[in-house]
Amino acid sequence: MRARLISTVAAVALIFAAALLHARAGGGTVSGKTTYEGTPAKPKPIDMSKEPSCQKQHVTPVTTETVVTGPNNSLANVVVYISAGAPDDAAPGQAATFDQKGCQYIPHVLAFQVNQQLKVVNDDQTSHNIHPLAKINREWNKSQPPGTPPIIDKYDKPEFIPVKCNVHPWMHGTFAVLKNSHYSVSAQDGGFSLPNLPAGKYTVTAWHESYGEQTQEVTISGSETKTVNFVFKAKPY
Amino acid sequence: MGKLFGVVVALIAIVSAYPIVAHWYVQPIDISTHGHAIDEQLADTMAEAGLSFLAAQLLLGFFVWRFSQRKPGAKVWNIPGGATLMVAAAFILVGTEILALGVLGQKAWANVYFTPPKPDAMQIQAQAGQFAFYFRYPGVDGKFGPLHPDKIDEGNSNFFGLDPANDVESRDDIVSAELDVPVNHEIQLLMHAKDVGHSFYVRELRIQQDFVPGLDLAVHFTPTQTGKYEIVCTQLCGLGHYNMKAYLNVLSQEDFEKWMKQKISEQ
Repeated sequence: MRARLISTVAAVALIFAAALLHARAGGGTVSGKTTYEGTPAKPKPIDMSKEPSCQKQHVTPVTTETVVTGPNNSLANVVVYISAGAPDDAAPGQAATFDQKGCQYIPHVLAFQVNQQLKVVNDDQTSHNIHPLAKINREWNKSQPPGTPPIIDKYDKPEFIPVKCNVHPWMHGTFAVLKNSHYSVSAQDGGFSLPNLPAGKYTVTAWHESYGEQTQEVTISGSETKTVNFVFKAKPY
Repeated sequence: MGKLFGVVVALIAIVSAYPIVAHWYVQPIDISTHGHAIDEQLADTMAEAGLSFLAAQLLLGFFVWRFSQRKPGAKVWNIPGGATLMVAAAFILVGTEILALGVLGQKAWANVYFTPPKPDAMQIQAQAGQFAFYFRYPGVDGKFGPLHPDKIDEGNSNFFGLDPANDVESRDDIVSAELDVPVNHEIQLLMHAKDVGHSFYVRELRIQQDFVPGLDLAVHFTPTQTGKYEIVCTQLCGLGHYNMKAYLNVLSQEDFEKWMKQKISEQ
C-alpha cells in the first residue's frame, strides 16, 4: 500500500516536471539587438610591456574593452536579463568559467546565477591577483600563481561586480550575478535572445558597464517571439 | 692554536678584500651625465670603508697572534680612561668618517638634487601605483591637464584620473606604460604616488628616488646612451611589488619623434 502510494506520487511528480519542462521549452522568446547612437570613445591600446609573457601572446595590440562595438552601431557586452516578472531559479550544475589569458579576462563580462559555481582559471605564465570589488556580496581578493588550481567560489546575492587584477592594472572585467536563468550577453553584432519564457509580463533590463542601464516592459503570450531593442547613448570620452 | 687563529683572521680579511681591489665586480654601464660623480663617490666610500675594514681586521689578527698564548698571571695593561674614553674615541672616529664622506659626496648629491633642471628640460610625470608605473607627457599644448582621483578608471586606461570631457588640457595628454625619452636631452620627472610609497630605480641612470604619497618630488637627468633599461620599484609596496617594473627607452631624437607621433595618433 505504502509502496504504491510512493510510486503514484513519483509518477505524478514526473509528469508534472515533464509538463513544466515542456512549457518552458515551448515558451516565448525575447530577442533583439543592442546598439549605440553618437560617437563612442576610441578604444585605447593596452601596453603590456611590463609582462612580456602576456605581450608575446598578442600579435595585434590589445585595446580596452570597456566599450566594444561592431558593424552597424552594434554594442557588445550588454547584459540583457529579466529583472522582474520571472521567479528566481535554482543555480545550474555547471560552473561559470572566468579565464585569465594573455593578461586579459575572457569573457570580459561573465553572467551567471546566484549560487552558481564560479571557476577562475589562470592560463598565464605569470601570477594574477583577482579582486572582484563586490559591495553587496562578500568582497575577496586572491592571488593565483601560474599552474595553481582554479579558484572556486559563488555569490549569494544578485549584483554587478567590477573585477580587477591587483598585479596588472589594465585588467578589468565584470561579474553579472543574476537571480534567474533568463539572461544573455550581447555578442559582437549586438544580438541577444532570452528563450523559454512562460507567458506573462516581464521587465527586461539591459546593462552596459559604461553606458548604464535601460529597461523595457514586455508581455509574452504562448510561444511568440517579441523583439526588444536597446539603444545606448555613446560618450565621446 | 691561538697564533693560527690570528693568521686565519688576517687571511679572511685579505681574501674578502681581494675581489674588490682586483675589480672582480662589474659596474653596470652609466648612461647619465651625473653618473660618474655617483660612481666616484661609491669608489671613495668603498676605499675608505675597505681600508678601515682591513686595518681593523689586521690589527685584530695581530692582537690574537701576539697575546693568545700568554701565561696565567701575566700583567695586563689597560688604556687609561677606561670604557668612556674608548666610546668617545669611537664616536669621534666614526663621526669624522661620516662627515668626511658627506663633505666629499655633497657635490654628487647636489648635482642631482640641489641644481634645478635647465629651462628646456622635458617634463614627464611619473605615476607609481600598485603595481605598475605610468608616464604622462603633456602633449602638443605643453600643459598637463589636472588630476581627478575620482575619475581613475584603470579598465578604460585612465590611470591618472584625467577628465578630457571637461578639461581641454587633458585631451592631448599622452599616457604610456614605458618611459620613452630622447637621448642627450634633459628630462625632469615629476613623481606622483597614487597609493602607497614606491621607488623609481634605474641603475644605469644611477638614480633611485622614492615616490611619497602626498609629496610632489622631482628628479632630473640627461641620458647619454640609447637603449632599453629596466625601471624597478625598490620600495616594498605590497603583494605585487616583485612584479612592479617598467622600461626606460632612450631613443634617438628622430625615433623619439616617431614614437611621439604614433602615441598622438592613438589618442
